[in-house]
Amino acid sequence: MNEATPPKEERTAALSGLGTSRKRVEDARFTQGKGNYVDDLKLPDMLFGDFVRSPYAHARVKSINTEKALALPGVHAVLTAADLEPLGLHWMPTLAGDKQMVLADGKVLFQAQEVAFVVADDRYAAADGVAAVEVEYEELPVLVDPFKAEADGAPVLREDIADQKEGAHGPRRHPNHIFTWEAGDRAATEAVLAEADVVAEEMIYYHRTHPCPLEPCGCVASMDKVNGKLTVWGTFQAPHAVRTVASLISGIAEHNIRIISPDIGGGFGNKVGVYPGYVCSIVASIVTGVPVKWIEDRSDNLMATAFARDYWMMGRISATKDGKITGLHCHTTADHGAFDACADPTKFPAGFMNICTGSYDIPTAFLSVDGIYTNKAPGGVAYRCSFRVTEAAYFIERMIEVLAIKLGMDAAELRAKNFIKKDQFPYQSALGWEYDSGDYHTGWDKALKAVGYDDLRKEQAERVEAFKRGETRTLLGIGLSHFTEIVGAGPVKNCDILGLGMFDSCEIRIHPTGSAIARLGTISQGQGHATTFAQILASEIGIPAEDITLEEGDTDTAPYGLGTYGSRSTPVAGAATAMAGRKIRAKAQMIAAYLLEVHDNDLEWDVDRFVVKGAPERFKTMKEIAFASYNQAIPGVEPGLEAVSYYDPPNMTYPFGSYICVMEINVDTGTTEIRQFYALDDCGTRINPMIIEGQVHGGLTEALAIAMGQEIAYDEQGNVTTGTLMDFFIPTAVETPNYQTDFTVTPSPHHPIGAKGVGESPNVGGVPAFSNAVHDAFKAFGLTQSHMPHDHWRIWKTAESLGLHD
Amino acid sequence: MEKMHVKMKVNGKDVDLLTEPRTLLIHALREELGITGPHVGCSSSHCGACTVDMNGMSVKSCTVFAAQANGAEITTIEGLGSPDGLHVLQEMFKEHHGLQCGYCTPGMITRAYRLLQENPNPTEEEVRFGIAGNLCRCTGYQNIVKAILEAAAKMNEMKESA
Repeated sequence: MNEATPPKEERTAALSGLGTSRKRVEDARFTQGKGNYVDDLKLPDMLFGDFVRSPYAHARVKSINTEKALALPGVHAVLTAADLEPLGLHWMPTLAGDKQMVLADGKVLFQAQEVAFVVADDRYAAADGVAAVEVEYEELPVLVDPFKAEADGAPVLREDIADQKEGAHGPRRHPNHIFTWEAGDRAATEAVLAEADVVAEEMIYYHRTHPCPLEPCGCVASMDKVNGKLTVWGTFQAPHAVRTVASLISGIAEHNIRIISPDIGGGFGNKVGVYPGYVCSIVASIVTGVPVKWIEDRSDNLMATAFARDYWMMGRISATKDGKITGLHCHTTADHGAFDACADPTKFPAGFMNICTGSYDIPTAFLSVDGIYTNKAPGGVAYRCSFRVTEAAYFIERMIEVLAIKLGMDAAELRAKNFIKKDQFPYQSALGWEYDSGDYHTGWDKALKAVGYDDLRKEQAERVEAFKRGETRTLLGIGLSHFTEIVGAGPVKNCDILGLGMFDSCEIRIHPTGSAIARLGTISQGQGHATTFAQILASEIGIPAEDITLEEGDTDTAPYGLGTYGSRSTPVAGAATAMAGRKIRAKAQMIAAYLLEVHDNDLEWDVDRFVVKGAPERFKTMKEIAFASYNQAIPGVEPGLEAVSYYDPPNMTYPFGSYICVMEINVDTGTTEIRQFYALDDCGTRINPMIIEGQVHGGLTEALAIAMGQEIAYDEQGNVTTGTLMDFFIPTAVETPNYQTDFTVTPSPHHPIGAKGVGESPNVGGVPAFSNAVHDAFKAFGLTQSHMPHDHWRIWKTAESLGLHD
Repeated sequence: MEKMHVKMKVNGKDVDLLTEPRTLLIHALREELGITGPHVGCSSSHCGACTVDMNGMSVKSCTVFAAQANGAEITTIEGLGSPDGLHVLQEMFKEHHGLQCGYCTPGMITRAYRLLQENPNPTEEEVRFGIAGNLCRCTGYQNIVKAILEAAAKMNEMKESA
């Protein structure tokens, strides 16, 4: 009755499912200039909004005069805090339990802070209006150094909460102190350190930088007063969370708000938060009755939207004489800027910084983090990493190097000696995490062999001798890094943002002719979700990936989810996709059993069909089952073939990897050349190897940028000195090397398909690899620690301070 | 502000715009002509997302006034290929995963197009220098370079067989 079944391999290949390097479905529109980014949107009568921004880092706003601006042709309105106050919108809640001024309310607290919002016919008229607004300031003393925040006579930044002794994360000991967060056992750690054979101590600074996606942030807000509906298109990495926040702060019922994330031109954490531009656009649309667009420019983006890092990490690590690590102590001073606008799960004000024991079996550890206000932009987002995981990885991977120097031991050997062993997983860390799986030694040995580690060390020693003899001015650095990430936030029991549990979701509808649409609570910003999530489904439900449309980002149609950041899409929404697929398959099995007149249990799944056990000629393909679900009255089975899954992950996932960077450094110019970069990643089950490799290339290049030059710097007056792409380093194709990628596969035991997430690993592991290469090159000349970014000037200064120019 | 006429040929079509003298070419293209392929990334000619071809040269249209393009012939990503016949570069960017978020892609491909007109047989180093005015935050360039080299080879093959 059925035609001959093609071989299993042929049918599997036709699905383009898990493990295939499927070409991206997104590329047709992107390569032809037919993407749909927020600034491409043009609605009838739409106006454009732009900000008057503060030139000062700390000042009282004496007066704002909007008369001249309002008199200009094309200017429709100028909003100030006084206009927003009656609506209760002059301040807004941050994701970290603090609040932030939408427009300057009496004072400004960082340079480029939003002071007034000019609404005009177009961006040119708006710029005219911005220039015509007159603001009178009275300058106040500026605080840029977090270590001076609690000194006598330090300026009080947040007068609004100066008297509050209790913050969102516990007691506050000073008006400029936000929180202190602790993990681990302080007394036990102090005891171990006091009795240790060897203790290495160092301040590790991970400087302030910025995600700087190529597309800046922006939105179009449209209040339809006839239907009472507000629609906002914008660069949102978490559209559902934005809808809920918008409802809570505006009082507009949540069902009357529709948030749409169109194509997003990169996010890297920058587009997680809620910015004053969104709030002002919404208010302006309500006031003017027409749609209002706000698109920031590059300097606005770098100076005012969320920064990343800025952690001063004081470390102490102890070991036995032969290199067995016994304890780790870390005290971090975290510069949060003027408002605490970190995007961390509520219970984790320092993110997952307590993954800072890294890949090592460290029995005793203690971490404390002090959050501090300064006159800098708010933020503290996870720039291509899970919450503060890159800070943690940089800290431990530097401390290992510092300890290796103190012990006089090879840093690769020290790592291998202290790795958590394969048979120790699931592993309970001293700072409170349960690592789900890992096999560190296998990847590490593979990496060392791949680069010819022993020969490199010989070459390096010869180079040092040649340098001392005056035969060369170039040193060789070998940068080692073994990282363990914690991603996929996360279990609802301990992960929420503003009370919203961090589950995620997928909804699938199978059409009568056997194709499908799936919608998720996440949103791609370049990761290729439409390609990869269709692959997960293809393997689960036996429908070719090319027959599955994948949609995200529209809160009116997508199921609720917490969005895309922290490498959570694959671990959480990817799991939801697989689970929803399994529900489809379970119903399909009942339908097939009815059609084949057998019991459910008599059927087995075979790639794209259910087959009667022992009778391979009797089967029903998913295509046939799909049609039957729409045209057969099956007793006890509802018509149609749909499923939805809300997935609450039982644990985080723990991707890991071994990275090695070989770097040539010219001591006279401070210039560097990456001679080789080898990256071995273990992200568990691999969904699309082509996309994984692309993610690794991109993440490593962002790591290169951060380690070697990218920085948000302030002068003593709180002026941003890196507010354009002239000063803020983004590597071009010339500085960027070719990377060598490799992998091992250790599936996550609790994820339905064993996947762990990969997008952020290369940034987390890459930064220490680049930085360690610089340090390693100068190790023979006495360098233990220097601060990133390692730009040419800083490297030259390091060489100078070591007397290498004499 | 008094408006002025700007006549251009854009992707083979004659256009006559009435616009302010201060209007930038990128805004004339995107907002007045609805050609939204080229993007704005920095407004300061560093990132190259706005790259278009103007009279046979790559220009960053965020730092060219529309008025300066009066009489010019402009090609944007929309003019390089069509859904029925993609340009080889468009094919190769897809084939080699030379894009992720897609924001730099129109400018990058338009620049690569001109680069290969100027130098049909570039080395890897020449490609890297040739696209150094175009920033990408997602790909690390490795696959972009691969795509351009492969496109060059294919375009040369097509020329030879023609």
